[in-house]
Amino acid sequence: MFGVVKQKMLRLSLTQIRPAVSALRSYSSAAKQMTVREALNSALDEEMSADPKVFLMGEEVGEYQGAYKISKGLLEKYGPERVLDTPITEAGFAGIGVGAAYYGLKPVVEFMTFNFSMQAIDHIINSAAKSNYMSAGQMSVPIVFRGPNGAAAGVGAQHSQCYASWYASCPGLKVLMPYSSEDARGLLKAAIRDPDPVVFLENELLYGESFPVSDEFLDSSFCLPIGKAKIERVGKDVTITAFSKMVGHALKAAEILEKDGIDAEVINLRSIRPLDRSTISASIRKTNRLITVEEGFPQHGVGAEICASVVEESFAYLDAPVERIAGADVPMPYAANLERMAVPQVEDIVRAAKRACYRSEPLAAVA
Amino acid sequence: MALSQLAHLSSSRSANLLKTLSSAIPLQRPISTATTPITVETSVPFTAHQCEAPSRTVQTNANELLTFFRDMALMRRMEIAADSLYKAKLIRGFCHLYDGQEAVAVGMEAALTKKDCIITSYRDHCTFVGRGGTLLEVFAELMGRQAGCSRGKGGSMHFYKKDSNFYGGHGIVGAQVPLGCGLAFAQKYCKDEAVTFALYGDGAANQGQLFEALNISALWDLPAILVCENNHYGMGTAEWRAAKSPAYYKRGDYAPGLKVDGMDALAVKQACTFAKEHALKNGPIILEMDTYRYHGHSMSDPGSTYRTRDEISGVRQERDPIERIRKLILSHDLATEKELKDIEKEVRKEVDDAVAQAKENPVPESSELFTDVYAKGLGVESFGADRKDVRATLA
Repeated sequence: MFGVVKQKMLRLSLTQIRPAVSALRSYSSAAKQMTVREALNSALDEEMSADPKVFLMGEEVGEYQGAYKISKGLLEKYGPERVLDTPITEAGFAGIGVGAAYYGLKPVVEFMTFNFSMQAIDHIINSAAKSNYMSAGQMSVPIVFRGPNGAAAGVGAQHSQCYASWYASCPGLKVLMPYSSEDARGLLKAAIRDPDPVVFLENELLYGESFPVSDEFLDSSFCLPIGKAKIERVGKDVTITAFSKMVGHALKAAEILEKDGIDAEVINLRSIRPLDRSTISASIRKTNRLITVEEGFPQHGVGAEICASVVEESFAYLDAPVERIAGADVPMPYAANLERMAVPQVEDIVRAAKRACYRSEPLAAVA
Repeated sequence: MALSQLAHLSSSRSANLLKTLSSAIPLQRPISTATTPITVETSVPFTAHQCEAPSRTVQTNANELLTFFRDMALMRRMEIAADSLYKAKLIRGFCHLYDGQEAVAVGMEAALTKKDCIITSYRDHCTFVGRGGTLLEVFAELMGRQAGCSRGKGGSMHFYKKDSNFYGGHGIVGAQVPLGCGLAFAQKYCKDEAVTFALYGDGAANQGQLFEALNISALWDLPAILVCENNHYGMGTAEWRAAKSPAYYKRGDYAPGLKVDGMDALAVKQACTFAKEHALKNGPIILEMDTYRYHGHSMSDPGSTYRTRDEISGVRQERDPIERIRKLILSHDLATEKELKDIEKEVRKEVDDAVAQAKENPVPESSELFTDVYAKGLGVESFGADRKDVRATLA
């Protein structure tokens, strides 16, 4: 019962009971494992099966079975009218997707990576995000833009940017970022069912990772609420917010910190827009210390927004300055050692948490 | 374009009948609504690319011609009224007027049903009215009032009427073309047996996304008609300075195209009928409407720095779409000059009344700042400029 969130329950505020529910979930029967890839595939499959208005469009999604095999088997099952291979023309096919959504269909538009979404960004922002507002509610746009986002491994500067903060700054969009298989499946289902444009940022390096899944998760009605973060690890000394791949890093950091007597609370944001400010706020008021972790560029990033929000809402509760861990403020280098320095590592999170707890190690020498 | 039930009446007989009636009963009775077919030749033949041009002989009737006259006169008046309102500072920001181009909106509507979709650029006031939008909705929206078609939240460039399949109203040059192809995709997906007309200007015709969308539309056989409203100037830049090949109807390459006199409402109607039939069977087609705008690009542009006043008045004298229909009506004795002038007076009054009504209409409530950000707000918080001062919950 815990994982199944029906539509009407979305109206109730679950913030208070959320952490308890999440903690309980980890004790529920979890015999099965599923990769993020399989979770996304199953979500697409089930939503396409349930609603004939849902269709998938993108480069290599059909005959190639998906550049990352996320759409494997879907062409065979649903046919070429519902699984469409597009030419390499993002502006064109994103616009076509938005137009189809104007008419009332429910397109899922795949960008092979979100770096290519920049070619289509005018349609995402000006044609999709703002239309419901500009038309005073006449033109809702039930579209999902999905695909891998952020750094992969060794793909260089043009293929490694994280777009979370760019898209999340735009009113009219919803921006979701799954970490686990449960996130991937539940949030993608929610995104497809949602009547607004959703930017669904996946992570290539997570596609192959396996996570335990519950029976509730496997039910076709399984869905996660948009706008609600998940407390992955309850703690009392310091709050670490993270999303996507960084959640894994934050959890590893928490294990290391535990050995040093620091009990970290790890929040998996899941939803960058809307941001679950109340869960973050409640956590800060408990721990009094905050580390924000993200993979993307630091300036004007998600961590900057969370920091500002916490300072505005819960200043009196902070016992230490907010710490931000983010990607390095440089384009992504190729050489493995430099790449490693450009992306947050577990030890970066540990170090920042210790600083926030006044247990810092000597500062690193300035390069 | 329905063929007349009264086909047994020859056109000259019905015209004579009208003349007698009109002199006997002044003004009270409606002018002829006869549906007797009248055959007219378009001003010029169509020029075709990769297809066979339709005939330049067009079937019409008194009813249709008078409707064309009235509708275009209304649109003309409306745009002129908008000009005055802008100069009076009651309309702010951008205001792109369509006067001169009315025949495209009106001829197109005559060929379509409300099941067909239309999407256009920011020069959308008349297209919106053609789709059934009211004058009050236009003026109230232009002045940012509650009764506006977008409740004052869109402005001149963002008129929509979804229940008539009018999808806007787009401010980004060229964006409406892929969007229109998406509408056509959806129509095909839903097996609606209807088409989408995506309108764009000669300036937008060079946009890359247009060719991307056309490519996909041709590959997937979408019922999309791309209509280039070629008024020969992309803002202040003449077509020969912006396009290496200003033969826009040919730019589709593998896609067929037709060049049409966009100042001739009947030619527009014929071309659109042809295009609709083509698109339903064979996929995308391009229509180039040779048209002209009397105003500058927008109200900020006098429109005379990059073209001569002689050119503008020349078009007005030789090719004005309303005058063309007036001449047709008079030459076929479908109404008298006085009756047509009366229609123009009526239309002027309608416009003036709507303007007056719109002026009285209130501005949106402050709470409207936060409505419609999402279709489903999820109880999320939104903020004003000072978030400690103004916050709202999105429903």
